[in-house]
Amino acid sequence: MQIEETRRGAILVLTPVGRIDNETGPAFQTRLLAEMGGGGATILLDLSKVQYISSAGLHVLIAATKQSKALNGRFAVAALQPIVKEIFTISRLSHVVPIFDDVTAAMAAWS
Amino acid sequence: MLVRFWGTRGSLPAPINHKTVRAKLREALLLARGRSLDTPETVDAFIDRELPFSVAGTFGGNSSCVQIDAGTNEFVVCDLGSGVRDFGHYVLAKHKPPQGLRFNFFMSHFHWDHIMGFPFFAPAYVPGNVIRIHGCHSIMHEAMVRQQSAPCFPVDFERLGATIEFVPLEPGRVYEVAGVSVRPMKQFHSGDSYGYRFTKDGKSIVYSTDSEHKFETVNDSYPFVEFFRNADLVIFDAMYSLAEAISVKEDWGHSSNIVAVELTQLARAKRLALFHHEPAFDDKMIETVFAETVRFEEISRDGHRVEVISAYDGLEIVI
Repeated sequence: MQIEETRRGAILVLTPVGRIDNETGPAFQTRLLAEMGGGGATILLDLSKVQYISSAGLHVLIAATKQSKALNGRFAVAALQPIVKEIFTISRLSHVVPIFDDVTAAMAAWS
Repeated sequence: MLVRFWGTRGSLPAPINHKTVRAKLREALLLARGRSLDTPETVDAFIDRELPFSVAGTFGGNSSCVQIDAGTNEFVVCDLGSGVRDFGHYVLAKHKPPQGLRFNFFMSHFHWDHIMGFPFFAPAYVPGNVIRIHGCHSIMHEAMVRQQSAPCFPVDFERLGATIEFVPLEPGRVYEVAGVSVRPMKQFHSGDSYGYRFTKDGKSIVYSTDSEHKFETVNDSYPFVEFFRNADLVIFDAMYSLAEAISVKEDWGHSSNIVAVELTQLARAKRLALFHHEPAFDDKMIETVFAETVRFEEISRDGHRVEVISAYDGLEIVI
């Protein structure tokens, strides 16, 4: 899957495009966890261009949250589209993964 | 076939108390304000058609017990949770004298909530009845004897009047029992658990509780997709949210409504019954999870619709 990348100071903003599901989930996880590197990374996942996320994608986000904590980094998601927001609610992922309304809100919180 | 749910709660029976009943009454009366409910018929219609199920009824509090009524002269039942007490009373009321009856129980596993009803299963006390307990665990007999030993219970297992036999099964093999084909499947749960696929006359029912699904991706090669394939009904352990199941409650041996929908969609199953409800949930919460699951099925649907049901004690489904 296509993943756009921008850096804002110490914060890496990754913007995946399309669906995060069985097809795209494994490669997406490899990329995301690799970006966490040796630790201390601050990564914001901008989900504004993700139309759908399956359990495979939710697994990736939990794995990223766990790894980030273990490596003393920071990880959050932002800008959930309505369907993705519903899936976060139904799966209760919103209780586990930090969420910001948009990238600007995340930047403000982390600055 | 007909499926009767005698117990649908997970882990521990969860009876409602007087405060819950009062809250239901209060909400029903508030919803009834301004309506003309002058006859029993209008009251019944109001209760049945206009009140939410969480107000008019309850999902129930008995632990796992599900009857597969295949229309044969032997009983087929999954698990011996507290719901089996009500099943026993149902049998006694229908069969007089209640002797010469033959029961086939299929055990997911022997954790307490799945066996605790047996000491209160009245037909077990009646000489002449035959009870066959089928399962894939080697400790079947030991588990049943232990629960009915002093100081836990006053009547020893060996003193029960019925003839009780234990029938060991192997996962993956197909057995013919009481006119029904049964195939066990090993599941991920502490101490192992087993699901069962029951087939008769081209119709299939899968009972799959206390089963955690550990995978990174779900696809056709996942064995449970084949186990659920084209089933008319899949009874599925959806005790936790997905977030719980893969974070704080990982390895606790249960699954989620999200995974339930994805697996049954992939398997092209017709109906999904959410089962093994979290005992900490009240009726409103179970109703919320049910509504959310119906919505997730809509969102995630890829051509094939799975009808979602939330099982409750007393529910009957014709297959």
